[in-house]
Amino acid sequence: MTVSSEPADLVSRQKYFGWVGRLSAAQRGILIAMLIFASMFIVYGWKQAAGLTPNMINTAANKGALLALVAMAQTLPVITRGLDLSVGATFVLANCLASTIVVDGPIATTFGIFGVLLLGLACGAVNGLIIVYGRLQPLIATLATSAVYFGIALAVRPQPGGSVNFELADFMTRSSFAIPHSVLLLLAVVVFIWIPYRRSVLGRAAFAIGSSEQAAYMSGIPINRAKMLAYTLSGLLASIGGILLTALTYSGAAKMSIANEYTLNSIGAVVIGGTSLFGGVGSAVGSIFGAFVMRTVGDLLIVFDINPVLQPLFVGVVLLVAVSLGSLRVLRIKNRLDIYR
Amino acid sequence: MSESKSPYLLSMSGITKRYGGVRALENVSFDTHRGSIHALLGENGAGKSTLIKILSGVVQPDSGTIELDGNTVSFANPQQANDLGVSCIFQELSLLPDLTVADNIGITRPPLKFGMIDYRAQRRIAEEALARVGGENIDPMETVSNLSLSRRQMVEIAKALARNPKILILDEATSALTAADVDKVFKMLHRLRDEGMAIIYISHRMPEIAELADTCTVYRNGTKVETFKNGTKSDSAVVEMMIGREYSSVYPAKSSRPTATKPILKVSDFSWNDELNGIDLEMRTGEIVGLGGLDGQGQRQLQLGLFGTLIGSSGSVEINGTTVKLNSPKMAKSDDIGIALVPEDRKYEGLMLSMTVRENLSFAAVEKMSRMGVVDKRAEEAAIDEMIALLKIKADGIDGPVGALSGGNQQKVVIGKWLMTKPRIILLNDPTRGIDVGTKQEIYQLLQKLAAEGCAILLYSTDYDELIGCCDRVLVMYDGRIVRTLAGDDLNETNLVSAALNLPEQAANRPEPKKLQEASL
Amino acid sequence: MSVSGVIARQFDRATLIAFACVIVLLLIGAMVEPAFLSPKYLIQQLHTASFLGVVASGVMLVILLGHIDLSIPWTIGVGGMMATGATGFLGPEWGVTLAVPFGVLCGALIGTVNGLGVAYLRAPAMIFTLGMNAVAQGLMVYHTGGFAPQDRATEFMRELAVGHFIPGIPNPLLIWIILGAAIVFMLNRSVLGRRIYAVGNQERSVFLSGVDTRKVILACFIFSGACAALTGVLLAGWANRSYQAMGDPYLLPTIAAIILGGTNVLGGRGKYVGTVAGVILITILQSMLSVVQPQRYFAQLGVDIPADTFRQVVFGVVIIGMLLIYGRQQLVR
Repeated sequence: MTVSSEPADLVSRQKYFGWVGRLSAAQRGILIAMLIFASMFIVYGWKQAAGLTPNMINTAANKGALLALVAMAQTLPVITRGLDLSVGATFVLANCLASTIVVDGPIATTFGIFGVLLLGLACGAVNGLIIVYGRLQPLIATLATSAVYFGIALAVRPQPGGSVNFELADFMTRSSFAIPHSVLLLLAVVVFIWIPYRRSVLGRAAFAIGSSEQAAYMSGIPINRAKMLAYTLSGLLASIGGILLTALTYSGAAKMSIANEYTLNSIGAVVIGGTSLFGGVGSAVGSIFGAFVMRTVGDLLIVFDINPVLQPLFVGVVLLVAVSLGSLRVLRIKNRLDIYR
Repeated sequence: MSESKSPYLLSMSGITKRYGGVRALENVSFDTHRGSIHALLGENGAGKSTLIKILSGVVQPDSGTIELDGNTVSFANPQQANDLGVSCIFQELSLLPDLTVADNIGITRPPLKFGMIDYRAQRRIAEEALARVGGENIDPMETVSNLSLSRRQMVEIAKALARNPKILILDEATSALTAADVDKVFKMLHRLRDEGMAIIYISHRMPEIAELADTCTVYRNGTKVETFKNGTKSDSAVVEMMIGREYSSVYPAKSSRPTATKPILKVSDFSWNDELNGIDLEMRTGEIVGLGGLDGQGQRQLQLGLFGTLIGSSGSVEINGTTVKLNSPKMAKSDDIGIALVPEDRKYEGLMLSMTVRENLSFAAVEKMSRMGVVDKRAEEAAIDEMIALLKIKADGIDGPVGALSGGNQQKVVIGKWLMTKPRIILLNDPTRGIDVGTKQEIYQLLQKLAAEGCAILLYSTDYDELIGCCDRVLVMYDGRIVRTLAGDDLNETNLVSAALNLPEQAANRPEPKKLQEASL
Repeated sequence: MSVSGVIARQFDRATLIAFACVIVLLLIGAMVEPAFLSPKYLIQQLHTASFLGVVASGVMLVILLGHIDLSIPWTIGVGGMMATGATGFLGPEWGVTLAVPFGVLCGALIGTVNGLGVAYLRAPAMIFTLGMNAVAQGLMVYHTGGFAPQDRATEFMRELAVGHFIPGIPNPLLIWIILGAAIVFMLNRSVLGRRIYAVGNQERSVFLSGVDTRKVILACFIFSGACAALTGVLLAGWANRSYQAMGDPYLLPTIAAIILGGTNVLGGRGKYVGTVAGVILITILQSMLSVVQPQRYFAQLGVDIPADTFRQVVFGVVIIGMLLIYGRQQLVR
């Protein structure tokens, strides 16, 4: 005779929530982020005097895609229970470099793009090397490298300026049949980078490491290689974002405020998108929606005639609310001991 | 491939491993055949775990050789050991809580399709491995963190088997299993042995080893004492080999103690969350009351409830006649109430591993030795010294982190921490689990002493011998309630087992005690 | 335990290395500019370091708990702006007298919200304090209407930042010393200090030892907010006014100083003296960069690199370098 060893709340979860209860934690996170974004966007469109025009959608998509790329970059290290505070700096550095070398004719432009992507890989790889082989804490290591990368960005573009290949810029930022190309870019990144990564051995290893690095080690998982890949790809994604920024602004600028803003907002996007800061659970797709949620907050403010200068306040409140919602589980617990992990 | 000269599948010789000044293993040898179950015995710190860690690639020996199937090998990391056919199941689970069962089983060498993980094939492998262990009722797509501890251990075993090892190592691997699951695992181990696998088994539970092993080797203080065929040595002879001294009786005599007439603790109709269903119990000073029964019947929850961590309980708790509503450990610890809890997990619930022994010892009582928030260092030092002497805590690493101490000494620190608060009621959750024989003895003597000095002790133990040997009476729990109280002559294994299984009293045809013992473990 | 024994116990390997680096840097600087080693210059450095030292004191406690406080940039801002703008809230008379306490109190308020969120709602400190930073920024922007703050610092604030109550010791340095002494005492001799280290080690065990860990966490966050606000008050006194984003340059140096001083970013370990060493080190480093001026050298080679680039790159490289020496984490075994 066996004693029921089924944890009580798993059974009840399935009973009450049906198919939703059977989704994985990551999938639930994406769903919630999607719903939040959808509702926000609907309110936004409804309140717009002109309605949801393709032009408006295009603008919103471009702005959102910028943060989405940086948020995806942030997702990878966070899954390993790390953090990358240099994503904003890499983003800005890529922007500055792109405004210098992604110019002139198609051949030069192509080489330029490769150059910028290579730079992104390099930035990520340096982060990875310091964290993996130097064994430094990710928070402080990436805080330091962000200073270095930003310094280099300043050297590349001491003053805002530069240009970009016009055809490329236009192609990246317009819409076809009302579908913004930036959204297609995001889709391409998800299909060609995120999904293969997640289904690869090293990609899954990243989740394992975030879940329990000790257990991952004892299971013989190649921890060093998995972390290196996570940080390197992160740099790559941030640099893609930098290219898109150049395409949007036709220039490069090394502004500390931009780097900080994107870094901090990327963390918010990642959290809203359902990725756990403790690692082991999450998805870049959720982070995309999280990014769009963060961006739409600002637009909603404009539409409701609230002083846009208050955007930080609302972004902060959204962040606090999002993180407090996750803490609602604290209210449901029956044994105080469970609060303390 | 060279001719295998030795009859052994595995041969380790001259193994030495030192950690700083501590000698974990000194010139140790170990051999085992194909198709055998070889048990390793020894106190904590005797070297068994270190030997296993070397064999499974977690640490490297300072010197010595390992021969596998006639070839000299060395393992730089667990992955290499796995590749050569050595699979180890540790005491600390190596499962990843946020991943699925199938992902965990296939974590290192998953089946690939176009360079990406083939999830369907992986699921099939998981199902096969689970079936082999007897865990067919575990869903491969379930997230591991949603599984109970016993299920997780089964998955851990399945994961080790999925690699088709030549050598399977189990280090205290059954400690978390329910009785029924232990049964399944034992049957599986015998099957695997018959198929030719070499199995190395570490456990502190003598009855398990008696049941399971073909050969036994005893280690003491980093050296091998003796290897012998199972069954050729008596239990006390083995224990003597392990502790190296005369071993007379296991349990100190239960002194006849004066007990007060009024109960110090009275629990009435205590219920919580469907896991505790109307508990009634009374304890008097000077009593050692045991909690028995199968795992997971509410024993842990009852003790947590008495310590103030449960929310939403009903029923009443009276301390010395006064009804109290226990809302926090802080309250339970307070002078008016005076309850102490030695928790289930000494490492992560009882200690701060990186802090020193002294800092840990004084932690729960430090406010009593301070004025206006400032600590009276002299009083504190004196009290700590006294406690260290009383409990005979091994002085080697006294100023270092408590994480470096052996399990037995760590448990002493936890107990010492609570004794410094001068509690009236002491709750202990399986305090001697995974602890060496010598320290167990000391703890048993300590419990008798505390009771004689007027404490009331509630001892939850999964070891029936311990319950019988230490307790004045035992409350057997089943499904969140106390189904039987056993004392005096009634306090024996048969009754404990039958009560645990909730069989009616005086079950006809009492089965042989030994078989029952196996089932209940 | 003798006094010298007590003092010796405060220094661990990381602290000693940090102090050694300070000396090395001073010597390098002295090669370029001999005035580096003059008492006047050193006191000046300590004066500058005090601003960072005050805020780092508070954040160190939070890091000892195993958490982090990313709200300090705008808590510094709040401290400065609320102190200079106190007359708007408290009237012309009280607003001047109570300017400093008011500013600090506002910072403590932010710390309280942080503490409640982290300790009671169990929100991850990184995200919650990040959110609070944005909220604080929003509130300050709202308060100033989006323009630069117009209020001036009070006389007392100026005196606090620039004056000398004790001859030879600038007031901010005095404040830092007093604050530091109090913290060292608290961490070593008080019950709260023990609990702070313990929570950073294993909060679960602390709870089961009968301690209300939430109050410990709340107290540290309140203190962190108050210290950050105090730095803001001092900065506003120094510049005679508060200004937008006055706290932004302090986040990286604060965390770097604490980590370089040997405090483990995961909590449970670290000595205050180490943070002192880290603060001085960072301050000297930044001063050196403005004195040594490597960009002039590069300009001579025909390469035009902005001064800020060097500041950033050297800063980052030095931190990584020093951490590689003694900040490495244990391998997972």
